Amino acid sequence: MTTKRELITELQKSIRLWEGFKPSPAGAKGIPGLEPIEAAFPNRVLPKGVIHEFLCTVSENAAACDGFLSGLLSVLMDGGGACLWINRSRQTFPVSLTMFDVAPERIIFMDLTKERDVLWVMEEALKCKGLAAVIAELDGLSMTESRRLQLAAEESQVTGFVLRTNARNINTTACVARWQVIPLPSETEDDLPGVGFPRWQVDLLRVRNGKPGSWIMEWSADRFTAIPMEDHTGHQRHTGVEVPLRKIG
Amino acid sequence: MSKRYVSLWFRHLVADWQLIRRPELAGVPYVFVVPDHGRKLITAISPMAEAAGIHAGMRAADAKAICHGLEIFDEKPGKAEKLLLGIGEWCIRFTPIVAVDPPDGLILEISGCTHLWGGERPYLKDILTKLKDKGYTVRGAMADTIGAAWGIARFGQITPIIPAGEHIRALLPLPPAALRLDELTQQKMRKLGFRTVNSFVKMKRSVLRRHINDHLLLRIDQATGQEKEFIIPLQVPPEYEERLPCLEPVITAEAIKIAIEKLLEALCKTLQKDGKGLRSATLKGYRIDGHIEEQKIGTNRPSHSVSHLFKLLEMKVPFITPALGIEVFTLAATSVEDIFTRQDVLWAAKPGLDDLEVAELLDRLAGKVGAHTIRRYLPDAHYWPERSLKPARSIQEKPAMDWNTDQPRPTRLLPEPEKIEVMAPVPDLPPKMFVYAGQRHEITKADGPERIEREWWMDEGEHRDYYCIEDKQGRRYWVFRSGHYDSESPLWYLHGFFA
Repeated sequence: MTTKRELITELQKSIRLWEGFKPSPAGAKGIPGLEPIEAAFPNRVLPKGVIHEFLCTVSENAAACDGFLSGLLSVLMDGGGACLWINRSRQTFPVSLTMFDVAPERIIFMDLTKERDVLWVMEEALKCKGLAAVIAELDGLSMTESRRLQLAAEESQVTGFVLRTNARNINTTACVARWQVIPLPSETEDDLPGVGFPRWQVDLLRVRNGKPGSWIMEWSADRFTAIPMEDHTGHQRHTGVEVPLRKIG
Repeated sequence: MSKRYVSLWFRHLVADWQLIRRPELAGVPYVFVVPDHGRKLITAISPMAEAAGIHAGMRAADAKAICHGLEIFDEKPGKAEKLLLGIGEWCIRFTPIVAVDPPDGLILEISGCTHLWGGERPYLKDILTKLKDKGYTVRGAMADTIGAAWGIARFGQITPIIPAGEHIRALLPLPPAALRLDELTQQKMRKLGFRTVNSFVKMKRSVLRRHINDHLLLRIDQATGQEKEFIIPLQVPPEYEERLPCLEPVITAEAIKIAIEKLLEALCKTLQKDGKGLRSATLKGYRIDGHIEEQKIGTNRPSHSVSHLFKLLEMKVPFITPALGIEVFTLAATSVEDIFTRQDVLWAAKPGLDDLEVAELLDRLAGKVGAHTIRRYLPDAHYWPERSLKPARSIQEKPAMDWNTDQPRPTRLLPEPEKIEVMAPVPDLPPKMFVYAGQRHEITKADGPERIEREWWMDEGEHRDYYCIEDKQGRRYWVFRSGHYDSESPLWYLHGFFA
């Protein structure tokens, strides 16, 4: 005899399955150091095989976003995977990826200018099981477009990242999570002079079936480290782009 | 395999061309002349002028006397050769091996081609009708040897298609000239009273050599097939080529796709058998109006997978204009490479650049948005940031050296450094404040300088002193001072953004 609670948990599980959340295989690795953020997602793991969108409207935020993404890539591309990075700004500097433990030569960059081409290439690439991840810079993303990408990703289990470069048309999409990464002042040990490790405020603005939240992350020694809010002395809360927090799903 | 040849003879090649170009000449006898020692010598005649008794080699004045209203045109040198070349190229739709047979003929090697048209008769008929439709007076014959086909085309009376092995018998009733003899030999034959091939072909070779010459013997041997004869084709047919004639001219995209699939199936089978993979291919569609539609594809790694190559060619279909219809398709592998593993068995457990699916994806993307949009970078031995990497030449090219990781590099690098206004307390210290895009940035932390020298053997200019700086809000920038800090007002630039 199952209790009501168990029944609801079962139902929620199957709903998640229909929504494209595949239960991660037993022993699946999370992202080292990213546990506090992963706890915000259903199944307490960063969903793969779905579309994540990142808001990066100014170059400084975009750079921070590239850094955070590269950190994710280092895990996704672990074991020799390849990644397709569709660039519109042509600013990503491959050499820097070595800082995040990513081999730059394993990334295939695509220079595209037309938004239509970007969408077509991204969808095609997401269908290719041989890739570990697909990253695309996009101005706008409609509901229909995002749904197409999401379906392609669910089918192949390739993880897709959309970097949205225009703040004016932030609409609802079918993406599983909406992120924002903002640079924060770095800290050096014992307040030594110089610039410390990259540090960001990572906001999860929207998570399907999860809890949005805000965290401070640092990249050091080839992994993420969560910095407790109170430990971050120079901490100033950024609001960044004004996006209404709304839970979807 | 025994070979089969078709010989085509254009009796009024230049005259026909003139009529096609100027249809108002229909019903007018005309000739082409070249100046010769102050006279005009006739070189080409229209059928009407021929009927009036004019023949090549006559003088124009004499011709005018016997034919009223004769039009005379100056011959364009090399016109006949040019026309033959053009028609020869058009004929490649019937067979890959076409040779020009000057002054007024073509030779087609047709071994193994005729079944695509449903036999030798419809094949030859198709060639002749199409050429006649174009406006050329043409005779053609088919036989086992070039010599026999040539003779039958010009002197044959009964049937133009000589069954295999029958060519000697077919030659017997023809005049000696049917053996492609030079003028001198023909004169000798006439003097000796030989009217048909039959009258001398069975004579002893020594007798023929003594009374006439070696040339005759060679021509007899060539016509009978005892002496091998070679032709020089207009185009060297690629080793891996498939052709597909269509029963009805193809107009729809769907039909083109079917044609592509059929061609690919045949081509990939041959490639697979030989252990080869295709790197580039050319698809040609021969249109009714004589135009040739051409599309090319390339792959990142050798492939003989029908489904993959089909996807690549399928994307080219919208660029093919069938117009009134395409009669024949050819698909040629223009470059092939060895494949050592059987592709359908190969399955990469680990995704990555060696993965077949990735290579196939890139082929598809290159076909749609152009290969120039795809870039992969490898380290290059330069410290100058813009030159520290180079594009990889192929998907499988591995880095020849390690990435330079001594110094941190920004995640975003501006394509061109942007000028900024900077305030620094002491010239060689990192800046305290800078203005970029109208915004003031107060700098709280800084690393540097890292001096990067110009590579003077490549270009001239100042060296750069790079600083990694962080402003009050935590935004990290890569800036540099151009040149030495001694200078009056050093120039500062922003070159990148750190993560």
